[in-house]
Amino acid sequence: MKSCDIAVIGAGPAGLAAATRAADLGYDTVLLDEQPSPGGQIYRAVETADHARTEVMGADYARGRAIVDAFRASGAAYMDGALVWNISTDRVIDFSRGGASSQLSAKRIIVATGAVERPWPLPGWTLPGVTTAGALQILMKASGIVQEDAVLAGSGPLLWLVAAQLVDAGAPPRAVVETTPRAHYRAALAQLPAALRAPGYLAKGWRMMRKVKRAGVRHFAGAENIAIEGADAASAIRFTAKGASERIEASSIALHQGVVPNQQITRLLRCDHAWDAAQQCFRPVTDEDGQSSVQEVYVAGDGAGIGGALSAALHGEITALAIAARDGRGDPARLKSLRAERARDAAVRPFLETLYAPAPHVTAPADDTIVCRCEEVTAGAIREAVNLGAPGPNQVKSFLRAGMGPCQGRVCGPVVSAIIAERRGETPGATGYYRIRPPLKPIPLSELAQFTIPDAPEDR
Amino acid sequence: MSAADHRADLIVIGGGIHGCSAALHAALRGMSVIVLEKDTVGRHASGVNAGGVRRLGRHYAEVPLSQRSMEIWYGIADFLDDDCGFQVAPQIKVAETEEELAQLAARRDELNDMGFTHEVLLDRAEVRAHLPAVADHVVGGLACLDDGFAQPYQTTFAFQRKAESLGVRFHEHTRANAVRKEGGDWLVEADAQRFSAPRLLNAAGAWAGDLAAALNEPAPVEAIAPMMIVTSRLPHFCDAVVGATGRPLSFKQMPNGTVVLGGGRRGRADRATNLSEMTFPELMLTAQTAIDIFPAMRDATIVRSWSGVEGRMPDDIPVIGPSARHDNLYHAFGFSAHGFQLGPGVGEIMGNLIATGATNAPLQPFSIARFSDAPQP
Ligand SMILES: Cc1cc2nc3c(=O)[nH]c(=O)nc-3n(C[C@H](O)[C@H](O)[C@H](O)COP(=O)(O)OP(=O)(O)OC[C@H]3O[C@@H](n4cnc5c(N)ncnc54)[C@H](O)[C@@H]3O)c2cc1C
Repeated sequence: MKSCDIAVIGAGPAGLAAATRAADLGYDTVLLDEQPSPGGQIYRAVETADHARTEVMGADYARGRAIVDAFRASGAAYMDGALVWNISTDRVIDFSRGGASSQLSAKRIIVATGAVERPWPLPGWTLPGVTTAGALQILMKASGIVQEDAVLAGSGPLLWLVAAQLVDAGAPPRAVVETTPRAHYRAALAQLPAALRAPGYLAKGWRMMRKVKRAGVRHFAGAENIAIEGADAASAIRFTAKGASERIEASSIALHQGVVPNQQITRLLRCDHAWDAAQQCFRPVTDEDGQSSVQEVYVAGDGAGIGGALSAALHGEITALAIAARDGRGDPARLKSLRAERARDAAVRPFLETLYAPAPHVTAPADDTIVCRCEEVTAGAIREAVNLGAPGPNQVKSFLRAGMGPCQGRVCGPVVSAIIAERRGETPGATGYYRIRPPLKPIPLSELAQFTIPDAPEDR
Repeated sequence: MSAADHRADLIVIGGGIHGCSAALHAALRGMSVIVLEKDTVGRHASGVNAGGVRRLGRHYAEVPLSQRSMEIWYGIADFLDDDCGFQVAPQIKVAETEEELAQLAARRDELNDMGFTHEVLLDRAEVRAHLPAVADHVVGGLACLDDGFAQPYQTTFAFQRKAESLGVRFHEHTRANAVRKEGGDWLVEADAQRFSAPRLLNAAGAWAGDLAAALNEPAPVEAIAPMMIVTSRLPHFCDAVVGATGRPLSFKQMPNGTVVLGGGRRGRADRATNLSEMTFPELMLTAQTAIDIFPAMRDATIVRSWSGVEGRMPDDIPVIGPSARHDNLYHAFGFSAHGFQLGPGVGEIMGNLIATGATNAPLQPFSIARFSDAPQP
């Protein structure tokens, strides 16, 4: 079996920066990522983007190029197209690459698997034609495909960013339907002075909104009671705003309610997780530098708590330096200045978290709304199971099969915990989360049939 | 100071299917019973097994016990007021070569000589009548046409609930830490509480060896983690539970189309932490065998896996019966990855044995005395 000092999982800004620095510090470092090229979600395909696409994606996207270049120049080994589908507690990584699975044994693991979009189950969300804002953006970055006439609905910076990018690409969305409750604006005001200390964010956000509105895109604020109509595919979105019922015909609807840490690997590795009331999500318990509750397992970037791309790159490097510091190596002065820089960058977070906290109706879908789309389990069925005595997500899973389908609970997990918590009158932290069962993503049985490691015992 | 907080006629240590079933049967014979469970009832092997209600292919010593258990399974819905998800279905072990078929035929003959006719030989055509999707090279098989499967959680809980309705008291999150004889009774210390009873049953699954050792009657129980994998949904092609003769496999298509694969391969188990973990390369042969025997599996994808902590004896048959060292101490543990089907029947035997002091069940091969000379781990 191959082995290394540090395995980094995920080639977004956190993973790239961590791997670059770890290799520079002399660690035998391997970076594994599912995508064909480095960049993660934010800098997806940044090496191959042509000039026009880079223009559309903006200056922040172009910044990724420097991070990727530094990584390419480092001594870290890069395994592109490597899907990590299991990691054992003794840090043996099972991954699939080029149609074959193999193993890598790591002394330390840095989990840099970033964020996933917060699930938002609402009536009709499983219809063809309904996607997420993040998925629209992936299409633009990876294949240059621009969705025409989309309706963007939800809340959060990415909603506006994608809207602005669609405008720049010459395909302004049909409408932006924002669910941010009015009260959040008032509450966020108190955080504004602190937010202004983080350079650039607010001005950038304001420019995006202005661009979208100037392009003549209809904008609805404070939307509630959102539902998607359609028999076999989405045909319209309905909602109420300012007391009026609205209906917009659309065959492409992109939903978004912010992003939350991707917990699959940290849960699989049995790291402790805590409920973050400000970000309304679970996050692994870590120290400032990313050390988790499990020895030799670190978490860098958005996976440790949402901080955005700049923070993620800083955090990745911090994690690598902190590991070196443990070994009596590294660069304490640089570690200190990076921590300070990250704290400055994070000043905008309380404002964003207050403003874009999900509206109550987002995390409490109506009884007849499907929550687990793989197994078609409704919110009402989950509430019923709780009434019958199911104390947590794992029992709900055994009763209803929620979370047992091909997505392995990636999509429904946060909502299922929230629904159970609400019904039981406790915090999601007390309710807990699904136990994660490998494989993290489906793998072909035929691949397992070829999965052999040279020194595997034939029989026991 | 010997005052116990709780007294009964019998204390059962372990809330798996065996502890629950024995408790229920003892209660049916008029005994007052306390069950101590360190986690929650059905948390381990009994709640997470593959649900195979299988007589096919059992060790000859287990056959009479398994037959009696099966009679209880057929009436389980009336017995427990819960159908336990039990369904009758054929269990078939396929032969991939003439040589394997000859082995299976020899087993059938031997069982017939013992007076058992539940395992029948299937020829080439008969095996295809039951398994239309089976690969061309399969030459025949051995089958129990009226075996079946059930829902493990549901079953273990049903035993618990029925026992409770007869007055059995369950103490969950209560670990038996120390056991000793005091004034002719067994005294069990479980965290801050003390329990006493004239009779004691060790049904502690993978943890039973610790108790046995503490009672000066060591038995080499190994904690194992049988591994199961689940595929995405496939068009319906198989109604039976299928095994192979020369290679590891247990194969079952569920009503929703997913296929559950297992078959003897083990992951990593740790009694101290309740941990069971998959080791996927070990499943290579299982995956190959499944594809070889059902070519339709070539396109399947694996979406999930699970395993659980189970107790295994070196000779792969359980310990069942009275202690060889102490009066009024009994054992039922180490079911070696096939104890779910035996739960109803062995519980009845233990209930009888404990209530009356005697049984006519052939328990001799299962005696704990067989390990008294063996070197201890
Ligand atoms: C993945 C898997 C698949 C399987 N498939 C099948 C199948 O298809 N067919 C079949 O027949 N069998 C199958 N088996 C085997 C079957 O599940 C077991 O043989 C059977 O459930 C054992 O029951 P038990 O009551 O002895 O043990 P358990 O269910 O393990 O119960 C023992 C209990 O004792 C408790 N305990 C231990 N020590 C203490 C203590 N000191 N104080 C208090 N409580 C204690 C434990 O917490 C545990 O709950 C499978 C097993 C596994 C793991």
